[in-house]
Amino acid sequence: MKLELRGVTKRFGTLVANDRINLTVEPGEIHALLGENGAGKSTLMNVLYGLYQADEGQIVLDGVAQNFKGPGDAMAAGIGMVHQHFMLIPVFTVAENVVLGNEPTKKFGLLDLEAARKKVRELSDRFGFDVDPDAVIEDLPVGVQQRVEIIKSLIRDAKVLVLDEPTAVLTPQETDELMQIMRDLAKSGTSIIFITHKLREVQAVSDKITVIRQGKVVGEAKPTDSASELATMMVGREVDLKVDKAVAKLGDTMTLRVEDIHVEDDRKQLAVDGVSFNVQAGEVLAIAGVQGNGQTELAEALLGLRPVLKGRGAIALNDKYIDHLSVRKRLESGIGYVPEDRKKDGLVGEFTIAENLMLNGSYGKPFAKGISIDFANRDRIADELIKEFDVRTPSASTHAEKLSGGNQQKVVVARELSREVNLLIVSQPTRGVDVGSIEFIHERIIAERDQGKAVLLISTELDEVLALADRIAVMYRGKIVGIVGADATRETLGKMMAGVSA
Amino acid sequence: MNNKKEVAVDAEQSTANQVLREILTGSPVRTLLSILVGFLVGAIFMVAFNPEVLNAMSYIFGRPADAFAAMGKTISDGYGALFRGAIYNTQASDFATAIRPITETLRFAAPMIMAGLGIGLGFRVGLFNIGAVGQMAFALIGVTYVSTRIELPFIIHSLVAIIVAVVFAGAWGGIVGYLKAKTGAHEVIVTIMLNYVALNLFTFFLRTPGLLLEEGGAGTPKSDPPAETAALPNLFTDEYRLHWGLVLAVAATFFYWWLMERSTIGYRFRMVGFNSSAAKASGIRVERTFVWAMAASAAFAGLAAANQGLTSVGGVTPSIHANIGFDAITVALLGGSRAGGIFLAGLLFGAFKAGGPAMQVVGVAPEILNVVQALIVMFIAAPPLIRALFRLPQPPKRKPISEWVAAKFSKPANKKVAK
Repeated sequence: MKLELRGVTKRFGTLVANDRINLTVEPGEIHALLGENGAGKSTLMNVLYGLYQADEGQIVLDGVAQNFKGPGDAMAAGIGMVHQHFMLIPVFTVAENVVLGNEPTKKFGLLDLEAARKKVRELSDRFGFDVDPDAVIEDLPVGVQQRVEIIKSLIRDAKVLVLDEPTAVLTPQETDELMQIMRDLAKSGTSIIFITHKLREVQAVSDKITVIRQGKVVGEAKPTDSASELATMMVGREVDLKVDKAVAKLGDTMTLRVEDIHVEDDRKQLAVDGVSFNVQAGEVLAIAGVQGNGQTELAEALLGLRPVLKGRGAIALNDKYIDHLSVRKRLESGIGYVPEDRKKDGLVGEFTIAENLMLNGSYGKPFAKGISIDFANRDRIADELIKEFDVRTPSASTHAEKLSGGNQQKVVVARELSREVNLLIVSQPTRGVDVGSIEFIHERIIAERDQGKAVLLISTELDEVLALADRIAVMYRGKIVGIVGADATRETLGKMMAGVSA
Repeated sequence: MNNKKEVAVDAEQSTANQVLREILTGSPVRTLLSILVGFLVGAIFMVAFNPEVLNAMSYIFGRPADAFAAMGKTISDGYGALFRGAIYNTQASDFATAIRPITETLRFAAPMIMAGLGIGLGFRVGLFNIGAVGQMAFALIGVTYVSTRIELPFIIHSLVAIIVAVVFAGAWGGIVGYLKAKTGAHEVIVTIMLNYVALNLFTFFLRTPGLLLEEGGAGTPKSDPPAETAALPNLFTDEYRLHWGLVLAVAATFFYWWLMERSTIGYRFRMVGFNSSAAKASGIRVERTFVWAMAASAAFAGLAAANQGLTSVGGVTPSIHANIGFDAITVALLGGSRAGGIFLAGLLFGAFKAGGPAMQVVGVAPEILNVVQALIVMFIAAPPLIRALFRLPQPPKRKPISEWVAAKFSKPANKKVAK
């Protein structure tokens, strides 16, 4: 099926999220939609999927203009969508999930699961999905769950499949498998719209690339174009994809020692299972791994947000055990913390930038005199930090929630780096951050290292890990699979991320 | 994928918080419109239940003018009486009598402002303190004891009684915070239940000889009147009943403003209210904050209790709390939990209390005012409703906007150059 978007415009109030977007996807084409976070990709796809109604413009399928009132209409017209966060019921089987909302029935309205199983098996065999219709979703690896989502769309006869940032949760190997599936689907005539901001993947799999910036189509590109050309189009200016860094100059102190710690997650399952490592002053140790392998719990345990199981491991900062210390004491003893979810743990959206910059500094100088906030000092510091960290904002009294992801992250980074710290824990520092800010944040992290601070980088983005790390520890199912040097290949790391020790 | 359940719980909590946040961040325009609509609907009620209007309606097609005249008269009579009863009595013989209503409004407003500040403080920390009534009742045990059983010199006696009120109420509220922090018990349930405990405890004290029962009294729960050294003195001549409670309310309002907007304590309170996970990650002990915030919230209610207990004429009875603890919730909502807003909202509700009797004199049921009061809060608490009524612009959906503003500011300095 040929899909055309003609002059699609979507406004929110006075802001134009999509500005006269034209897009043509031929049958059997893998069409990459490349753009930074906030460029308007998701809005556009939500228009296509009927979640938003376009203010202007048309969606045309095989020459027929469509009018989608909701996702139901879009699905009926042959558009399928695989969201970044899967819409699956964990306790149902694959077959049950696939037919949910569209259940085949026998006489008297009885569920015809056999028909569902058969269909799943058919599709699975045809595209080499390797999915068992009777497996329960929660037992399946993330990569397979994603295939179930794809099957869900295919079973509803989707001719155009939208994949929204599909590789964010996958290991490199799983990503390769997904790309193979995409190629097979395309060969069988399904059109695929592939939304991403990862240049390497775009080059590897797409037939055609449309680049979106600030709600507008800025141009089309070929997969053979170089990464820096694509990045330049996406960002609107030249970008330096490499982080310049010298060889690490290691300090004398072992800043962080983690000794065989065990940590439980919210469900009381062991999420960190006997992890040990050291971070020396002046180096960046990266914890790589696919999301959900205990990295979150590890970071929280280091800060004291989550207890280390009693008698099962210890944490030492500058040779002093900190296990018994409160979060506040740990922060004060020199830990800087950039949380993985800045909106949840790093910022108060309703607070101004100035207020956010004193989030963990309200107990005294320089932000407070006694129990009074020192407003003059606070505002002066805020203005300085905004300048130093290049936060793009009208003023220091702008609410944090009004800022872009990148600028929000710069506020968090500014706060943590402006404190006296000797260990910096940064989790997913560039998630949902624009390319320009990524460059900046990476440079600042390396600058901290060069000043002799110990940096623990926790990231699921392999590119980021490779760009910043001096040593790389890979985490899988709560354990450290191995610690390797920064010269490890992508392939080695990929295998380790799947649990194979190096 | 197993963490879906937690996500759902999180979402639930944040919805409740979202509603609270939308109410609290309401614009003054919306508040004024809500008040206006409240009065309009109140007018409809007045007209609908007025015998003269109903009579004129029976021949409305014959002489419609009569019906409309009757309607107009009813409304202007009713709200005119409210004005005369609450602000300025145009029918008074001399100026001194004419301004008496406004002093009554201030007198009624003072305790509602103080208790309203307490509730507002709770709201800012994300706590629904429904227990001001109970906190006042518990404080009144202390206040009544100090003011009727202890002898102290003038001024000091009042001050001691006020301090005791604050401490008693704070402790009673602190229990709620403690239970919430230690066991996760929801403060709404706990405060409501503790209301019963405190009210009945208070009545028991008032009824029991040797505790607070008046000298020579029996059966009816009632205390002696507060000692003259303890009673809050009148502000002006004895012609006006306005007393030092108003000064206390003004001082409390300023203190609240300083605490919430200028101090680091209030800063941390607000941080916990807006985003408790970020507060935790910033080294703040959220549970401990709940305890202190509930205690502080209740302490303001304690001031209202002192105001009531130290100005009672003839002795304290179980009904001395006068439902101020509940009115305070509406005051805090109407005032957006801000110092200034709560003060103004308290004045408005004080005016309703002062003006009620005057309305009754012209034949309008004073219950209308309760209806108006309830409607105002309903309109404020249901922002989409008032937006629809006045066709105010829909606040744009959050996410796309922030993403968009985002994209705008992360644009390399093009804009500045253009300027």
